Amino acid sequence: MTLVEEPTTADAVPEKEIGKARRRKEDARLITGRTTWTDNMVLPGMLHMAFVRSPVAHGKITQIDVSAAQQAPGVIAVFTGRDVADEQGSLPCAWPVTPDMVNPGHPSIAVDEVNHVGEAVAVIVARSKVAAQDAVELVDVDYDVLPVVLDMEEAVKADAHLCHDHTSSNTSYHFVFDAGDAGTGADTEQAFADAEVVVSRRFVQQRLIPAFMEPRSVVVQPQGDNYTLWSSTQIPHILRVMLAMVTGVPEHKLRVIAPDVGGGFGGKITPTPEEVVTLLVARRLGKPIKWTETRSESLMTAHHGRDQIQYIDVAADREGNVKGLRVRLLADMGAYLRLITPGIPALGAFMFPGIYKFPAYRFECDGVFTNKVPTDAYRGAGRPEATFAIERIMDELADELGMDPLEVRKKNWINAEEFPFTTVAGLQYDSGDYEKATQDALDLLGYDELRAEQKRRRESNDPLQLGIGFSTFTEMCGLAPSRVLGSLSFGAGGWESASIRMLPTGKVEVVTGSTPHGQGHETAWSQLVADHLGVPFEDVEVLHGDTAISSKGLDTYGSRSLVVGGTAVVKAAEKVVAKARRIAAHLLEASEDDLEFSGGKFSVRGTPGTGLGIQEIALAIFAAHDYPEGIEPSIDAEATFDPENFSFPHGTHLCAMEVDTETGFVKIRKYACVDDVGTIVNPLIVEGQVHGGLAQGIAQALYEEAVYDADGNLTTGTFVDYLVPAASDLPHFDTGNTVHTAPSNPIGAKGVGEAGCIASTPAVVNAAIDAVRHLGVSDIRMPLTPERVWRAIHEGGDGGDRASARTNAQAADSSDAPSTAGGLQ
Amino acid sequence: MIPAPFAYARPSTIDEALQAVASGGEDVKILAGGQSLIPVMRLRLAAPETVVDLTRVAELRGVREEGDAIVVGAMTTHSDVLSDPLIARYAPLIAEATETVADRQVRHRGTFGGALAHADPAGDLPAVALALDAEFVVAGLEGRRTVPAADFFVDYLTTALQEGELLVEIRIPKREGWGMHYEKFNRVAQAWSIVAVAAAVRMEGGRIAEARIGLTNMGPTPLRASAVEEALTGAEATGEAIAAAAEHAADGTTPSSDLNAQADYRQHLAQVLTRRAVTAAAGL
Ligand SMILES: Cc1cc2nc3c(=O)[nH]c(=O)nc-3n(C[C@H](O)[C@H](O)[C@H](O)COP(=O)(O)OP(=O)(O)OC[C@H]3O[C@@H](n4cnc5c(N)ncnc54)[C@H](O)[C@@H]3O)c2cc1C
Repeated sequence: MTLVEEPTTADAVPEKEIGKARRRKEDARLITGRTTWTDNMVLPGMLHMAFVRSPVAHGKITQIDVSAAQQAPGVIAVFTGRDVADEQGSLPCAWPVTPDMVNPGHPSIAVDEVNHVGEAVAVIVARSKVAAQDAVELVDVDYDVLPVVLDMEEAVKADAHLCHDHTSSNTSYHFVFDAGDAGTGADTEQAFADAEVVVSRRFVQQRLIPAFMEPRSVVVQPQGDNYTLWSSTQIPHILRVMLAMVTGVPEHKLRVIAPDVGGGFGGKITPTPEEVVTLLVARRLGKPIKWTETRSESLMTAHHGRDQIQYIDVAADREGNVKGLRVRLLADMGAYLRLITPGIPALGAFMFPGIYKFPAYRFECDGVFTNKVPTDAYRGAGRPEATFAIERIMDELADELGMDPLEVRKKNWINAEEFPFTTVAGLQYDSGDYEKATQDALDLLGYDELRAEQKRRRESNDPLQLGIGFSTFTEMCGLAPSRVLGSLSFGAGGWESASIRMLPTGKVEVVTGSTPHGQGHETAWSQLVADHLGVPFEDVEVLHGDTAISSKGLDTYGSRSLVVGGTAVVKAAEKVVAKARRIAAHLLEASEDDLEFSGGKFSVRGTPGTGLGIQEIALAIFAAHDYPEGIEPSIDAEATFDPENFSFPHGTHLCAMEVDTETGFVKIRKYACVDDVGTIVNPLIVEGQVHGGLAQGIAQALYEEAVYDADGNLTTGTFVDYLVPAASDLPHFDTGNTVHTAPSNPIGAKGVGEAGCIASTPAVVNAAIDAVRHLGVSDIRMPLTPERVWRAIHEGGDGGDRASARTNAQAADSSDAPSTAGGLQ
Repeated sequence: MIPAPFAYARPSTIDEALQAVASGGEDVKILAGGQSLIPVMRLRLAAPETVVDLTRVAELRGVREEGDAIVVGAMTTHSDVLSDPLIARYAPLIAEATETVADRQVRHRGTFGGALAHADPAGDLPAVALALDAEFVVAGLEGRRTVPAADFFVDYLTTALQEGELLVEIRIPKREGWGMHYEKFNRVAQAWSIVAVAAAVRMEGGRIAEARIGLTNMGPTPLRASAVEEALTGAEATGEAIAAAAEHAADGTTPSSDLNAQADYRQHLAQVLTRRAVTAAAGL
């Protein structure tokens, strides 16, 4: 497949690549599927696995009879949890957010007890996938069913049934950030005591399913005491370390490869039970083993995201100046702690103040166990939850004060001249201009016209009402500062590594530790290298995802790749140029100081026609016939980058929403957003990330929800019931950018991978509520199904969804008080 | 998932198909477009002993004219239906409803007969067939019989088809010049109906001379909104008259409650959607 793009001739100074809307070089193979996905792997003698999974949400395993399955045609072996109990260890949790966090342990195959529907209780190994699947039905498991814990507000009560009987409560941890105690803000209780106005709400972040396109798949090939594991994972490097620690296969005997990976959205950020079991079975049998999940298995057993109940209070004066913010969360861990399950709400903890200058802030969170599949990262991880809560409550505050929601925001946001700004949560926001982004977004939307139409529709009592919703957001991303992550008890750092190999023909191999799973690293990294080395874009190949090729890395999540991994590439390129400079000086018989490097060529200042290209130097140093004394004959280089700070993209998202008041159907009329993601390396990739993020953020607002029935069965177990919107369900997006570079990395980029997803959800919900608030609606629970919207309109308030009941304010005098309410009084 | 093992037959005539069904053992399933059957088999909610695939039975596919009716072969795909001139002329309601079914890929494989034989209450075509007074031609080893739409849909996923019988074709009375509209309510474009209303009206002057209203997903089978039809017959084609008639849309219905809608909300929707469907069909 050829792309119609200008070839660069060898002599001309190449046009700058950074900023160019390059089409992604990896897309042709990804879109046509002509590449290696894990499930494409076929190895000689390979056996296939299928899991027997629990149909009950909570119970003791009293007996497992595998004899019929063992006799089934094609079956090689059947293993239960008991069979692997001594080898399987516990799936790792790398983020003990508090020193006394309770981790009940997480077997890959349940041994005595199952804690969610879909938990593995046995595994079949057979000659074919079909034979393995057929034998699943032959395994007979008896369960002593135990009471099921599903509702977090029930689960934290003193007399609640326990999810794990060896723990003393369903609370895993109680995490507190108090700005007063931390010295970053005033006393929160005092701020509330003195406040003229307090607004309290209870918001529900529904459970979501990452729903990546490529189902998970693992292949393990044993070779002697070495193992190669291919997996559709976001984190080959982290996975290698974790699998070594869990299974005892030494790290240097284990090679992990993430070939091309079809999406993750956080859903492939954790070592999975299936990866552990595939490795254990391959070790036992000494045969290559493959496991690929079905879509139903994926929705039911791959980790879920979000699932928080948020109690939030804002204190302000009558003029709309905010005085304090108080947040209490119940965060659903599900049945077990996966890699960063407990840390997701903690990632959000520092973002609830949003872009506003709160003088006082207190955050508390209980991690709660329930008999559901574990939660873990999902696009945005903690920050969408925080952004939703603050952007929703700013609207509620405006309503309480009878003010325009934009006015309240303006009154309280950080002004452009105040950057860098240290927030009440102790973060240092790097750069931006909220006013400018907002003005641009208003222009893009055609704000005044839509407000006029809204007024007309209200006055004529039109069945179709219109609303406009704001989200003026910022987020913290570029997951790095290793020291900061350490201070949050995160189990790893956040640096990233890259190396550059200059091949004899002048072609360039870039090795990145930031493993892509659809983001376009190969294109963006090529653009960076093309500019920094002055070589053609086409001459750069980006290698990734194989721990034998890319030995160091911390992979892709948290919008970190460009700002951390891309910077490592730039740093490596700078080292290559520095090393090449010495060779060039030698070959040109000039002093290094007299050389200038431009467009891929070293030349002696003031001596035209003396150029030596870096690609020629690559050949010269490969031959190594003539190079200076005292240096190695190589211009290859490696770099590791660890920034000092996160980056803080920001932006203003505006949604205009039509609400059919007769049916409750909501439809986005127009969506405009202006994002500041710092320097834009590739506008097309940025646009793509924003569009995809918007789709997922809008989906949370309107469509997606993982629902469990009273017995703990996932009732949204197929895409018929778990509604992922398609292009036809989404509006045209009017997007724009402002550019305030990030000081924390030399590219000046801020992360863009999650921005659209973080920003859009509250804009959409605020828009719907703005359309019908005059009809008595105070809140509508997500997703905004037509029925919920209709009930809110017809019954008033929140349509019976308890949105504003049981808030912190209410908890004070209610026997129903959630368990941690005492801490707030 | 992967279906349980099954035997497979691919006949090329109706007679061969009936023989294959008769000799297929205890649990035989007929495969049309497979868009409903295959998912159920993959989830192992169905594990038939034999699958008889009708895709090669050419005589089951296509639309023809027969006196005052058009006849649609059971194996006519949704996409065939969408481009068929006879349907466009005499029963555009079918095309309008078919256009809302799933996506292009599903419409390319899924069939008119399969959708009717499957009789999913949320399916869009049963209510249309009912509203248009379709007749179902059913073949068995003993010969053929014709079942009116009102008798064809018996219960949830259950039709008048007996074991060993095939749905061969569907006869639809020509309704040239009628106004028709299918009003579907769902959450995302490719989803099944939460509720939908099929309306066909014959106008005479400024009045509605005749009306046929079919309801999708307002009970275990598609329903006719007879109270609305009665109220509309002879009524003036005005917004008020239509709205008043539409208030009866949910009379006597017992819709189910599920993730998308509680029963009372479905009943409310039926009224709103009926008003809209009739208004559009009447060209107001
Ligand atoms: C993603 C998706 C979305 C969908 N959305 C919609 C929607 O919005 N609206 C809608 O109406 N439908 C929808 N459908 C269903 C679609 O219309 C199917 O095509 C239809 O329900 C079944 O038709 P089929 O030809 O595929 O039949 P099959 O799946 O092959 O068969 C269905 C059933 O009918 C029986 N059967 C088929 N033909 C005959 C016959 N000639 N005689 C006797 N029995 C027979 C089969 O044995 C089987 O039990 C959707 C399907 C999918 C996969």
